[in-house]
Amino acid sequence: MCGAKTGGLDTAGIDLSTQAVIQGRVLRGGNPVAGAYVRLLDGGGEFTAEVQTSATGHFRFFAADGRWTLRTLAPGGVSVDRAVVAKVGVVAEVDVELEA
Amino acid sequence: MSRDQALVTADWVSEHLDDPKVVLIEVDEDTTAYDGGHIKGAIKLDWKQDLQDPVRRDFINKEQFEKLLSERGVSNDDTVILYGGNNNWFAAYAYWYFKLYGHSDVKLLDGGRKKWELDARELSKDAVKREPTTYTAQEQDTSIRAFRDDVVAAIGTANLLDIRSPDEYAGRLLAPAHLPQEQAQRPGHVPTAVNVPWSKAANDDGTFKSDEELTELYTEAGLDFDKATIAYCRIGERSSHSWFVLHELLERPNVKNYDGSWTEYGSLVGVPVALGDQPGEA
Repeated sequence: MCGAKTGGLDTAGIDLSTQAVIQGRVLRGGNPVAGAYVRLLDGGGEFTAEVQTSATGHFRFFAADGRWTLRTLAPGGVSVDRAVVAKVGVVAEVDVELEA
Repeated sequence: MSRDQALVTADWVSEHLDDPKVVLIEVDEDTTAYDGGHIKGAIKLDWKQDLQDPVRRDFINKEQFEKLLSERGVSNDDTVILYGGNNNWFAAYAYWYFKLYGHSDVKLLDGGRKKWELDARELSKDAVKREPTTYTAQEQDTSIRAFRDDVVAAIGTANLLDIRSPDEYAGRLLAPAHLPQEQAQRPGHVPTAVNVPWSKAANDDGTFKSDEELTELYTEAGLDFDKATIAYCRIGERSSHSWFVLHELLERPNVKNYDGSWTEYGSLVGVPVALGDQPGEA
């Protein structure tokens, strides 16, 4: 389906060897931030997908080979960008730290 | 319609939380968001459970829509305010349903659930129960709904608007990137369709851009406003968002949403498909 699933962490039945996974956590002062919005932007800066972090601060995307940007939005006008490279068969782990 | 008639702000909703003739409805694919906290007084609609036919691939018919709204306590003369997650994709989809079935006063909360959350506005976990009503729907207004044959006929003659991400349009991805890339259909787009991702119509916080920005966006993309337009995406909900922009905010006539979208078109035998970043030839 098209919708953002909180955390997007259910991998049941997914063959990760065929996927270019980008995943990680959103943290503030080392503690997980639930309900933050994480957007995946492509190499041209165009929106590709968005999920909300889970109760444990996790997010996950299924991308394609290439360079991507993670843009994290949280209340209080917080917006943090992180660059990431994805590759099929590789799980790219990114922790996004928000200013305390 | 116009922006004033089709959209309300979060402030407006805050001021009308106790208005008995205003019905707030949260529409999500995953209703655990609603269960974890919703705008005070809002009822929920589940995009799949409530709005799709349980057997055929189609959405609920007139009688099913009447039964649903009657059970949930929505009256014909209520002001319905729709909002939801995913930048209002599913709320826009439900808005399109309400229009298809002739509800007179329906609006979207600009920015949806995301804007509400990013504003750190209050959410409630209280159960919401409305008294049942007797809701009467109109026959489907197919002037805003496109079917597959309409799409094939529009190749090279009308505007086809593919609002998926550039990678889905080009055929490099088959689904939005928060979903596994495992689909049966062929990748690509309908030949001659221009690509204006739905997200270009929205700000980061999920609110819609200004009418001036939106007009410029579609004009620059090569959309001919003198022609009819069919918008599509993968399953028809993101394209409802763009349909809303064109038909409701910019008040363009003859704009249809193709709810079959790429999961239908990309599985059809014998239809033309274009790959890559260019619209392709008719």
